[in-house]
Amino acid sequence: MRLLPEMRMALRLLIRDFRAGELMLIGIAVVIAVAGVTTVGFFTDRVQLALNRQANQLLGADLVVSHDRALPTGMVQEAQRRQLAVTQMLRFPSMAVRGDKNVLADIKVVSAGYPLRGEVRIADKLYGEDRRASTIPAPGSVWVDERILSQLNVSVGEKIVIGNKDLEISAVMTQEPDAAIGFINAGPRVMVNEADLAATGLVQTGSRIRYRLQIAGNAEAIDAYRDWVAATLQPGQRIEGIRDARPEIRSALERAEKFLNIAALVSVLLAAMAIALAARRFLQRHLDACAMMRCLGASQGQLMRMYLMHFAVLGLAASVIGCAIGALAQQALAHWLGTVVAVDLPQPSALPLMQGLVIGLALLLGFALPPIIALGRVPTMRVLRRDLGTPDGRGVAGYLLGYAIIAGMIFWKASDFRLGMFVVLGFTGAMLAAGALAWLLLKAVSGLRNGGISWRFGIANLRRHPLGTIVQVIALGLGLMALLTLTLIRNDLLSAWQTSLPPDAPNRFLVNIQDDQVAPLKAFFAERQRVPPLLHPMIRGRLVQINGRGVSAADFADERAKRQIEREFNLSWAASLPKDNRIVAGQWWPPSGIPREQYSMEDGIAQRLGVKLGDRLTFDIAGTPVSATVTSLRKVDWDSFNVNFFMIAPQGLLEKQPVSYVTSFHLPSGKSGNNELLNALIKQFPNLLVIDVAQVMAQVQKMITQVSKAIQFVFLFTLLAGLVVFYAAIASTQDDRMQQAAIMRTLGASRAQLTRAHLAEFAVIGALAGLIAAAGASSLGYVLAVKVLNVSYNFSPLAWLAGVACGGVGIAIAGYLGTRRVLATPPMRVLRELA
Amino acid sequence: MPPTFTIPATNVAIEVALLGKEVTTGNTALTILRGVSFTITAGEAVAVVGVSGSGKSTLLALMAGLDTPSTGGVRIAGQDLFALNEDGRAALRGSTMGFVFQSFQLLASMTALENVMVPLELAGTPGGTEKATALLQRVGLGERLHHYPKQLSGGEQQRVAIARAFVTSPSILLADEPTGNLDAATGAQIIDLMFELNRERQTTLVLVTHDESLSAQCGRVIRLAGGALQP
Repeated sequence: MRLLPEMRMALRLLIRDFRAGELMLIGIAVVIAVAGVTTVGFFTDRVQLALNRQANQLLGADLVVSHDRALPTGMVQEAQRRQLAVTQMLRFPSMAVRGDKNVLADIKVVSAGYPLRGEVRIADKLYGEDRRASTIPAPGSVWVDERILSQLNVSVGEKIVIGNKDLEISAVMTQEPDAAIGFINAGPRVMVNEADLAATGLVQTGSRIRYRLQIAGNAEAIDAYRDWVAATLQPGQRIEGIRDARPEIRSALERAEKFLNIAALVSVLLAAMAIALAARRFLQRHLDACAMMRCLGASQGQLMRMYLMHFAVLGLAASVIGCAIGALAQQALAHWLGTVVAVDLPQPSALPLMQGLVIGLALLLGFALPPIIALGRVPTMRVLRRDLGTPDGRGVAGYLLGYAIIAGMIFWKASDFRLGMFVVLGFTGAMLAAGALAWLLLKAVSGLRNGGISWRFGIANLRRHPLGTIVQVIALGLGLMALLTLTLIRNDLLSAWQTSLPPDAPNRFLVNIQDDQVAPLKAFFAERQRVPPLLHPMIRGRLVQINGRGVSAADFADERAKRQIEREFNLSWAASLPKDNRIVAGQWWPPSGIPREQYSMEDGIAQRLGVKLGDRLTFDIAGTPVSATVTSLRKVDWDSFNVNFFMIAPQGLLEKQPVSYVTSFHLPSGKSGNNELLNALIKQFPNLLVIDVAQVMAQVQKMITQVSKAIQFVFLFTLLAGLVVFYAAIASTQDDRMQQAAIMRTLGASRAQLTRAHLAEFAVIGALAGLIAAAGASSLGYVLAVKVLNVSYNFSPLAWLAGVACGGVGIAIAGYLGTRRVLATPPMRVLRELA
Repeated sequence: MPPTFTIPATNVAIEVALLGKEVTTGNTALTILRGVSFTITAGEAVAVVGVSGSGKSTLLALMAGLDTPSTGGVRIAGQDLFALNEDGRAALRGSTMGFVFQSFQLLASMTALENVMVPLELAGTPGGTEKATALLQRVGLGERLHHYPKQLSGGEQQRVAIARAFVTSPSILLADEPTGNLDAATGAQIIDLMFELNRERQTTLVLVTHDESLSAQCGRVIRLAGGALQP
């Protein structure tokens, strides 16, 4: 066994290097990388969980199983056995009657425990002060929403009739968690205690009742239960999570996840950079010792194994410290988060810690391997000629492993091949572009060789190892990019995102407007000094064929695809592309002279149904098959709250079909005048459905605000990683710089001359890095804005100015501080130490 | 303790008085030089010899003000070296001393020509390019002006170092084992070149070596053993 003595030697070297302070930088790089990644891991996990929970408040539960028949008791018992909170609800349309007035109401029959998530708020009279309800309506009484009161002309304390039962109105509901699930249940709501259900006599064969089993509990138990239910699901039974329910919420959540993950990935990338730089310095300082060991008979393999063990132990130790810091930081975070996200955060699992360990080791080995290989391969001749075996640019290929590790991490974080590919190629392209740009800039600056000795000396230093300088410029550029993104771009982006949902975004939808109501409806708004809302034609049709082949739900594995095929699509016609839509494939039709047989399809649904550009779709619209070719795919900004459609056609294709209209408008909340407007609207157009999405909107807006804060925090780690890269980049050339300075001092250079030379060198590096950072931050900002947040992006000239100025001045100062020791050490000591 | 100079500073290039150097590593103090005193007259060629660890290089470094002594002092042309601060010493070095090191110590980021120009530029002397070119031609590197140290052989690098040492026309040349990294033939050429230039320019030469044949070429030999002068 040769390994044991090697291991002992590796440990001895490790201890010696540690005492000599050689491992400090590399250790700190790993510690910060791991601490950053672990904390970000905890953070994103917990924030995502918290956000999901908040979203669940809209659902009233963490999970809902629904069916049009009573759900099996086994399902309830299983949930109870798993110690999950369970409550049942029934929901159906029925007439609410008072004297000679009646209205089609949305009846919700609730039992004790409702709601499991979120809250019901009630008031004692119309427009009275509301409070959180701690129970459900007492037997014999109901809670109703304000529309019941105005449409039936009743007040609190009076009775209405539901089915065969007289029920007393005991409160006005101002808020309920599951009000906005789906557009179908849009009537005014009445909440009834389940004890009164039998007496209403409404539960009969053929009643349009939806049974909803609501479940809540901790995330793992919910997931396990979801799996269990999914395996026993009968036809017609459905699992609902918030993501299935509202595209607006789903899209906001997905954006938040993407943003947080990108922030985490940038910090990993920066940490990798810092480790690579620190490991390179380690290599330079250990070449002599290795050459000597080879002289003394060590084989290449022995040396490599020894240093592999050396780094593995270092990596493990640093990762453990990093994890510990991460664990502490997330405690502080949880405290801080408590004020941001108003829900209890779940205790962290051990998973992020394991991830931290793996990432720390993988990063260290990935980026320290090239230096280890170089150490193993050091020519024995180096003991005689020190210039042999000094690493040059050729070791770059060795970083392929590190590259693969980073790429793997990106794929893991993205958990989506296309997105992963996009990010990996994007990063690779960006790095290559940055390298090329740095090379060109360096070439240009090297031409400026006139000027004082200090300037020339500084510039000459840059030119000496062009590849090393480029790596430094890119590393610093990345750090600065994080800084710029954190300061300038982030604010632009977040405010753009927040304003993407303006305060007057539509919060009411009007559905079922008939052809002959279009003109009167416009007049109705005009009479009240309001801008008549834009009416969109809506035609309902079922997708029956794709490319002439019949389709049915059984053709699709995806649950949402199945459901979409079973339901009717809403189709519309339009001459121009709606403003919050973006063509991602194909072309939108020109204003005139166009073939009418065209469809423009929403990209997400097209992917789900496997429809490609050029496919021919046939819809059954009230018995008439209407076929056309898909000529464009659109991305739709669902959380704009405007009316949008999966399918749009030119007017000519659909205008002969039975059509109704739909619109959305903004109604300021809380003003009695606005309720009068709604009531007047319903009176004049009794067939209209008014859908209130104000609550969903408020929720989305709150989430955006919270996510913005979360992102600020995650970017702090990116910034910290950026600072480590700064330091590592400066330290990696410290020895070289010290030796050069010592020679200069020997030749008569004053402190001032050397300081100026260093300042010149660092200022140029900083300015170049600043340029690259500005380019990177602007591109990142653009990608985040357009691809992730779907908002428009304005290039900020300030970012470029700040990048170059801050880069030049900041790096010059940092470099000066970092190299002060160079000037303070007697030259002879330096020459002897490094000779 | 202030240094005491016993000999009047006339025509004396270098005066070393009771020079001592002690370094502390951990808990142990190591004495490298103990109470060394001598003078070197202008134009003299002096070899400092001794076995490894006898303190030769430390003595040279102190004479150049590259390090600070624990005791005693050094005067260069009558100027107390350690009464000056770092920058003052650097300026004095730039104007009066040239250096040749065992490991050449060229600036890797600069070409041969630029390396030779550095001392002139640091001192702000005009006409650096012409002077440096002429000297590089004198040492036989007229064809390699724009080569970087990496592209030059050991002997060539040392020639560049010699040109750099002479370019300011220093009154003193300090050389630390100038042939130590070179093969015998190349080393001999370098030594010949150095002595030639030394004679041409009447420079005071202090040469640290352990090579007896080399020291024999010098007018005087100072022997060090265990950090002290040997009679």
